[in-house]
Amino acid sequence: MKVLVPIKRVIDYNVKVRVKADNSGVELANVKMAMNPFDEIAVEQALRLKESGGADEVVVVSIGPSQNQETIRTGLAMGADRGIHIEASHDIEPLAVAKLLKEVVTRENPGLVFVGKQAIDDDCNQTGQMLAALLGWAQGTFVSGIEISGDKATVIREVDGGLEHLAISMPAVVTVDLRLNEPRYASLPNIMKAKKKPLDSISVEELGVDVSPRLTVIKVEEPEARSAGIKVADVSELVNKLKNEAKVI
Amino acid sequence: MQFGLSEEQELIVSTVRSFVETEIYPLEDEVEKLGHVPTEMGQAIKQKVIDMGFYASNFPDHVGGGGLNNLEFALLERELGRGSMALTHFFGRPQNILMACKDEQIEKYLTPAVKGERMDALAMTEPGAGSDVRGMNTTAKRAGGDWILNGTKHFISGGDHADFFIVFVATGVDDTPHGPKKRITCFLVDRGHPGFEVLPGYNSVSHAGYHNVILKFEECRLPDAQVLGEVDGGFEVMNTWLYATRITVATMCVGRARRAFDYALTYAAERKQFGKQIGKFQGVSFKLADMITEIDAADWLTLASAWRLDQGLPANREIASAKLYASEMLARVTDEAIQVYGGMGLMDDLPLARFWRDARVERIWDGTSEIQRHIISRDLLRPLGG
Repeated sequence: MKVLVPIKRVIDYNVKVRVKADNSGVELANVKMAMNPFDEIAVEQALRLKESGGADEVVVVSIGPSQNQETIRTGLAMGADRGIHIEASHDIEPLAVAKLLKEVVTRENPGLVFVGKQAIDDDCNQTGQMLAALLGWAQGTFVSGIEISGDKATVIREVDGGLEHLAISMPAVVTVDLRLNEPRYASLPNIMKAKKKPLDSISVEELGVDVSPRLTVIKVEEPEARSAGIKVADVSELVNKLKNEAKVI
Repeated sequence: MQFGLSEEQELIVSTVRSFVETEIYPLEDEVEKLGHVPTEMGQAIKQKVIDMGFYASNFPDHVGGGGLNNLEFALLERELGRGSMALTHFFGRPQNILMACKDEQIEKYLTPAVKGERMDALAMTEPGAGSDVRGMNTTAKRAGGDWILNGTKHFISGGDHADFFIVFVATGVDDTPHGPKKRITCFLVDRGHPGFEVLPGYNSVSHAGYHNVILKFEECRLPDAQVLGEVDGGFEVMNTWLYATRITVATMCVGRARRAFDYALTYAAERKQFGKQIGKFQGVSFKLADMITEIDAADWLTLASAWRLDQGLPANREIASAKLYASEMLARVTDEAIQVYGGMGLMDDLPLARFWRDARVERIWDGTSEIQRHIISRDLLRPLGG
């Protein structure tokens, strides 16, 4: 079975994000970029599946400018077998991403798609679900555990108040959550091999998907700075403040 | 000229940096307080590095190493330099000199060192022989077909975790027109060998947890099979294999300076006094400008010297310049980083005071600044008959 792992290039999670002076978006110039951490977890899960004999090929795919090839190489250095780069010069919205990925799935015919539950830049949390819907496949979302046997998979989802166990049929789209695994570091032998692994580039046009934006960004602003809290002396003062100042009770 | 890194080199840098930030930084305070690295902690780091295929990355592929060239290895060590030396010691980089192993030495020392099964330490310095290596008083004398070693070595870095030692001793004296000159031979000595004792060393102000030990040889009998290289060929193996270790000091200084600088830079942008960020005051901003200029200068000087080695070009002077400049730069940068922070920079809550203390040894070990200046000036003057 082949596993497809879509990976997104985002601002590194250690970077303090700054809004552009003209409020048109966030500053990306000279900012360290990295693979979306949830997608790293997806790559890791695919590699583990391959190592346990449950998959025979792991293909990573990324959509974006030429620099996305660096992100793909990171996936290859972790151990993925092959990369696909879909060249796109501007930001692609989740529905268009899902449509592009659907085309890739049609070409590649994977048995499973592992993808991060969301990207840490826009936090949309839509692509996996939309992809499953477009394909008419089963989906397991926010997955923190998975077991595959034959054409069925049991996934564990973290829900309010506990863990939900769901059985889904394959092929499926599985969006992965933080506690599924701890992604490995790229290994030195894989880093050295990464450049020799195949990386195909496809243009958006070749896939015949309309990726023109449907949304208009009006303004991007920093969240309002939080003001310092206060300490109350006792419960009655707290209740008084909640009742008369905050007016929430 | 080409100053960019290849994709592989970029990945090596980002992987090692990420490892140091994630696996080493969180353990540093504990090691600093304990004054040593607990065995399990060291083993856990080592195992992760082995699993990543980064152990012994300075050794060639054909002996099981990572096959990095000098430039790539310098980049790797630069990133390791950010972390505590006591901990990054377990990101194993055995001494290259083990490549001189032959016959059964390969199976007994080289292979296990590369696999991370046995750790090595290098023993040259003696109480009476620091910069003057040839002044060593530890001797090996022939007894039957064997050697009998007597003497003391000290400042043996990393010796507390070593399973065997690469030891340089005097095996005779030659009379030369310049006076008597000692012949040196290199031996491989196992911990626990009769007549050989490993004793705790001194407490150092720099690199808490990264220990030095004292080695004592008393009528320690070793067979010829323990000689690394040739008998009386100690200087040859030293010059062939230990030539580049100064790059390690230089490049680790660059990494640590960059970490100290990042603290200062962030603080200058955040800390407000007199109603504005302190980075808006020229007294602070110019410090930052000078610090990064010196860090970059040291970085390029170091990488260029490693590159020269890879090209097979003479590099002795360049390596000496890199070691000299980077170690002195680190002293200035760590000092100024504290100055940017003010009083808080001296408190244990931040690692800046530690960087400052750690920086002190870099101008001393692996050849003092004065020895490096001697090497540089000799290299320049000799062709002119000076």
